[in-house]
Amino acid sequence: MRRYSAFAIAREAARYHTGWERAWASPEPKKKYDVIIVGAGGHGLATAYYLGKNFGITNVAVLEKGWLGGGNTGRNTTIIRSNYLQDPSAAIYEKARSLYETMSQDLNYNVMFSPRGVIMLAQTHHEVRGYLRTAHANALQGVETQFIGPEKVKELVPIINIDGPRYPVLGGLWQPRGGTARHDAVAWGYARACSAMGMDIIQKCEVTGVRRDGDKVVGVDTTKGAIDCDKLGIVVAGHSGVMAEMSGFRLPIESLALQALVSEPIKPCMDVVVMANTVHGYMSQSDKGEMVIGGGTDGFNNYTQRGSFHHVEETVRALIETFPMISRLKMLRQWGGIVDMTGDRSPIISKTPVDGIFVNCGWGTGGFKAIPGSGWAMAELMAKGYSPLANEFGMNRFAEGRFIDESVAAGVAH
Amino acid sequence: MSTRLTSGGRLLNKGKPLRFTFNGKNFKGYEGDTLASALLANDQMLVGRSFKYHRPRGIVASGAEEPNALVGLGRDGRFEPNQRVTTTELFDGLDSESQNHWPSLEFDVGVVNNYAARFLPAGFYYKTFMAPRAAWKHLFEPIVRQSAGLGKVPRDRDVDTYEHFYAYVDVLVVGGGVAGLQAARVAAQSGAKVLVLEQTAHWGGRAPVDGGEVDGKPVADWVDQTVSDLRNLPNVTLRNRCMASGVYDHGYVLGYERLTDHAPQAQGPRHRLWRIRAGQIITATGAIERPLSFAGNDIPGVMLAGALRDYVVNYGVSVGDRTVVVTNNDDAYRTAIALKQAGMMVPAILDARPTGGGALAEEARALGIRVETGKGIAKVHGGKRVTGVSVCLQAGEGAALETIACDAVAMSGGWSPVVHLWSHCGGKLIWDDAHAMFRPDPDKAPTGADGKGFVVTAGAASGAMQLADVMADATAAGNKVAGLSTDTPAVPATPEAAMQAVWLMPQGANAKLKMKSWLDYQNDVKVSDVQLAAREGYESVEHTKRYTTLGMATDQGKLSNINGLAILSDALDQPIPQTGTTTFRPPYTPISMGAIAGEARGEIFQPLRRTPMHDWHDTQKADWEPVGHWRRPFSYPRTGESVEQSVSREILQVRNSVGMLDASTLGKIIVKGPDAGKFMDLMYTNMMSTLKPGKCRYGLMCSENGFLMDDGVVARIDDDTFLCHTTTGGADRIHAHMEEWLQTEWWDMQVYTANVTEQYAQIAVVGPNARKVLEKLGGMDVSKEALAFMEWADGELAGIKVRIYRISFSGELSYEIAVDAGHGQALWDKIAAAGAEFNIMPYGTEALHVLRAEKGFIMIGDETDGTVIPQDLGLNWAISKKKEDFIGKRGQQRSHMTDPNRWKLVGLETLDGSVLPDGAYASAAGSNENGQRNMQGRVTSTYYSPTLGKGIAMGLVLNGPDRMGEVIEFPKTDGTIIKARICDPVFYDKDGEKQNV
Amino acid sequence: MLTLQCPYCGVMADETELSAGGEAHLKRFGPGSSDAEFETYMFMRENPKGVHFERWRHANGCGKWFHAARCTTTLEVFGTYSAQVSEPPQDIKDAITAKRPGWAWREFA
Repeated sequence: MRRYSAFAIAREAARYHTGWERAWASPEPKKKYDVIIVGAGGHGLATAYYLGKNFGITNVAVLEKGWLGGGNTGRNTTIIRSNYLQDPSAAIYEKARSLYETMSQDLNYNVMFSPRGVIMLAQTHHEVRGYLRTAHANALQGVETQFIGPEKVKELVPIINIDGPRYPVLGGLWQPRGGTARHDAVAWGYARACSAMGMDIIQKCEVTGVRRDGDKVVGVDTTKGAIDCDKLGIVVAGHSGVMAEMSGFRLPIESLALQALVSEPIKPCMDVVVMANTVHGYMSQSDKGEMVIGGGTDGFNNYTQRGSFHHVEETVRALIETFPMISRLKMLRQWGGIVDMTGDRSPIISKTPVDGIFVNCGWGTGGFKAIPGSGWAMAELMAKGYSPLANEFGMNRFAEGRFIDESVAAGVAH
Repeated sequence: MSTRLTSGGRLLNKGKPLRFTFNGKNFKGYEGDTLASALLANDQMLVGRSFKYHRPRGIVASGAEEPNALVGLGRDGRFEPNQRVTTTELFDGLDSESQNHWPSLEFDVGVVNNYAARFLPAGFYYKTFMAPRAAWKHLFEPIVRQSAGLGKVPRDRDVDTYEHFYAYVDVLVVGGGVAGLQAARVAAQSGAKVLVLEQTAHWGGRAPVDGGEVDGKPVADWVDQTVSDLRNLPNVTLRNRCMASGVYDHGYVLGYERLTDHAPQAQGPRHRLWRIRAGQIITATGAIERPLSFAGNDIPGVMLAGALRDYVVNYGVSVGDRTVVVTNNDDAYRTAIALKQAGMMVPAILDARPTGGGALAEEARALGIRVETGKGIAKVHGGKRVTGVSVCLQAGEGAALETIACDAVAMSGGWSPVVHLWSHCGGKLIWDDAHAMFRPDPDKAPTGADGKGFVVTAGAASGAMQLADVMADATAAGNKVAGLSTDTPAVPATPEAAMQAVWLMPQGANAKLKMKSWLDYQNDVKVSDVQLAAREGYESVEHTKRYTTLGMATDQGKLSNINGLAILSDALDQPIPQTGTTTFRPPYTPISMGAIAGEARGEIFQPLRRTPMHDWHDTQKADWEPVGHWRRPFSYPRTGESVEQSVSREILQVRNSVGMLDASTLGKIIVKGPDAGKFMDLMYTNMMSTLKPGKCRYGLMCSENGFLMDDGVVARIDDDTFLCHTTTGGADRIHAHMEEWLQTEWWDMQVYTANVTEQYAQIAVVGPNARKVLEKLGGMDVSKEALAFMEWADGELAGIKVRIYRISFSGELSYEIAVDAGHGQALWDKIAAAGAEFNIMPYGTEALHVLRAEKGFIMIGDETDGTVIPQDLGLNWAISKKKEDFIGKRGQQRSHMTDPNRWKLVGLETLDGSVLPDGAYASAAGSNENGQRNMQGRVTSTYYSPTLGKGIAMGLVLNGPDRMGEVIEFPKTDGTIIKARICDPVFYDKDGEKQNV
Repeated sequence: MLTLQCPYCGVMADETELSAGGEAHLKRFGPGSSDAEFETYMFMRENPKGVHFERWRHANGCGKWFHAARCTTTLEVFGTYSAQVSEPPQDIKDAITAKRPGWAWREFA
């Protein structure tokens, strides 16, 4: 892999950029791999990357039925934060956040991680108490957060209206090292690094069956033929249920539409990410200048990548209440993704009833921010059979009634 | 130069001149102008700067597809960035300013990016700015952000209003061009309810500019006649200035009507968002002309051929004295002819087709225009405006054959149907090689609730590009949705020669030319960028789009997408349909956030629920707290009092004498029927069926998962009837929960429920003097003997019919009095008057919370958070052991729920009497394997108790009830530690003597 | 933006009038059931790409719960029917078979 740098750009400019090599190779599948990861989204690619980097396992194929990074990795609102309440969540999201800090250097690919800070607004007394609780928990969990008053909120976000007649801002939970990153670049950067380690990223290759020998996985059938493997990682988000069925077990997953939208670009006006959970909306400004806006999920199973417009209405209404100036901006584009939800809205990173098959899914509305942590934990689980970060996220927890519920402290899991 | 002609301008009212400003300069236009035509009429060619390289940019189009000419419009509370000048109607006093430059449009420092363009190819930022690590956030990102962005930030609150509107129609026709009008006319014959939306102010679309005859008369006359006919039909509604912005599932369509954008002084809402349900949708959305990709195709003065024609015909504006036309199809000849006929010079038509054009070419030649076939533009000369073009062989590599001086270039790369609305909801496209365009595949329409297609295209939106074909297709569309077989109007055919796809001009353009051949003007994406993306493996059309930002600008690729994916296909050596398109997403063009939000803002942002005594609380200057959609008084601070002081005063008054609380928001649900007892036993953890009429019982409700979800006092009214009190926030949810189980699981039970929360006002009279107050009101025996603790009785107080529950959430003698909502304020006033001698005063929710915490009563939402089971809270006494089943029972039997190490409820008192911080966690020794400090409990409620003069708290602690007296540590967020002793959660009146008098 | 016809009041209800209630025809497992049965009942939801049966409530209308048979990939609605049945009625199954031959959903087909 030739390194990217300002020097490399200058060198290539001299020859009209005709000398750049492919960011990742486009190989045909081999007969057998030590590990096959199904799903070349952020989580799948990160899993492959850490298998190679942390455990030296590089005979790996990542199979993708469409194009890499084409699912929710490229459809989210790019927020990165780790101010979660429950220990297991805080641990994995903080691991992810800390890996984002050095990701551009680690991958030699600028993912534009921008630790601009994230505020979750408290607009009711109940929310104030909830965020105070999170702040206390975070202090013990090693997550740097702080509860701030309305004046400080206004100072950080000059365009905010803290005196709304219905839901005045009473304060907020502030995570200064949260922020955003360029979502596509995360997938591309991992893909390039995996490819450089000799892994095969095989796009337009759909898995059509999982082959087992008794209780053990031995390979997969794909649209590009059968491929053998010792271990199989299923990292396919909304399509996990289908893959699980092929493998012979079930997952507690439902697929719902989640929508987002962007405004037309304007000059910089908001340097932090703001989430307003009482009124159900969140907003940040991209480097291009678009206001990036998201809200809640639709209520029914849906694979169309389209949502219902009234959710967009509710979100925009809420954000105009919080940021009156956006009333005179225009919505440029709205889109939907399919999010995979578990019974407690927390992910599953787990062994399965089939020996050699591991599953990583259920990230719901919070997947992007977790990508490096999720890949780190999944790789460790697949390589060693145990990962402290993944341990609490086993799929057995539903039978035990041992939930990881992040909705409890006035939070939503975006 | 660009100027207004003395003649022409079919849309202008030259009798009505208008004044407007652009960057502070005063200009003149006419009624009927767009801001674009008016700027051109004033020779304002340079109107903006591009996103990345800050290159000078002029107007390139005449409609919604315009990528360059965006301005900031208006001032203060009416300022709006990124307004397209081509869709902005001129009005008197319009203020506009160009964007994305500093210090000025003419001299922009950001243009250094242009000179460094060679070092800033697509995706350059992914490859650099990585060191040192902090530099991205603190150095590079701020520069990128400042340089990007487009319009200025609105600062003031929007002074305009917006509204929503519903419409249900049989047929929605999108587009008021000839195709839309014809389709509407046909469909309306069936009697169907038809709505026609046109995004511009004018009917007829392009046809009146392009000319032709329908039914023996000029097409413009046919348009006028048809509009007039349709207006007279009772089943047809026409709306102009109203764009269909998106098609959603099941025939839902958003219409975006701009009511006063063209007349800001007019009364009424600025925009109206139509929420339309249509049985069938006809999209007659026309087509958009494609630019040609040659070097310098972004220099001001290079324009779409159709746009140049629009400006001269519609607005009497000549963009240049000498216009070179460059094309791969016959249509652009119309521009040359129109310019020539308007008296302007057309030095040459460069037709990339070796065989040239058909009848229109002959017509052009006959007018004396030089036509060169097989030729193209190697390069456009000029900086802030065109000065000439170098002519080359299209088949060659760009060697200049000659240079032609000109001040405008009209380009046409063919037309693409507007397929956005067709595609929003899943309509599929097919590639039409003959016309080099994606057009709707009529066999793969988006499908609705019935599984059948609900969108039909008409006219150019179907790919029909000539008037005769347009009218035939539109007639067919109208017939299809209406089930008719109307004949097509007579249209003389005007045969045109076949177009020829030209994706790069010249075909063999070298690297240097390709770096100056723009695909996406606004985002500065060039042919070389797309080729670079393909070379680097960003092969999917979505990868290329995201890597280069092609098609991601405010025009969403209306001009650039097809050209870009043709270049990509070529680079990948695969046919265009194999590359495919990116996804079309709503809106068609950007719509205002204000319109999306509609009327609901400020005080009416959400509905507000008011208790019957709401206004009284307001007069007492209550400190309001939102609780669900209600507002409840948090406290009633008096003049000079802090909220803390008023809360203390209210608490002490209740403990020492008597207070009153508006408890009307508490949920009240009636459960009635022969099986009511059986049903109640399933809903509550307690045994409710054994409750005697006249008695009350505190009950717990769990979710099926076992978690405590609500609590409240249940009163048995008679054998068949229960009244269930719920929490304020829980009323609707619990009622829905009951109905769900009744309707979907136990539908054989004879039980009915009714949520009567708002039918009653409820007033709690609380404190040692409560009985005396009620006795003063008179009418009921409220003695201990007649109305014991946890009993209720009907009767009259002070002449008002009431039901009194003797229940207590404070530990004091307490009566909760329910009264018909209409009598709430009257009873409230009488209680206040009767209690005056006891200094009775209202207390708010905070006093309520402290009073209950002093007694160790749990609060849903404080002690519970959705993960807590009743057993955690020591409420085992309220869980019936005798019942076989209740909702949550099985869930509570799972291993984690029965784990002895669950955190359990205790009281907590700090060693120094201070108040524990809200939400504090108790630390334990060591850390877990993820490096997090171990925890052993947390605070669930914490208050200063004025009654006890110290801080009190409740919390959940590991093995808490077995550790009475033990001291544990609560680290604060500032790193200091507060020590607290584990104690009984009941801090006050442990034996419950006060409530039981 | 779905529309579903409420089988009780007959109204063609807009999605904003409705609230979604998840998978239909769940068999409740209460006390006495195994952990696996209870887990299945609570969490193992059908999540098909295609024919799905689900519960809806006409929440901002007549208040009644009902069942809908719907396609999750096209949002086509095959029919709505009473909440008070424990499996889809034959006419609904027939309607689905006509449009999606070979469909299967749990034990129903």
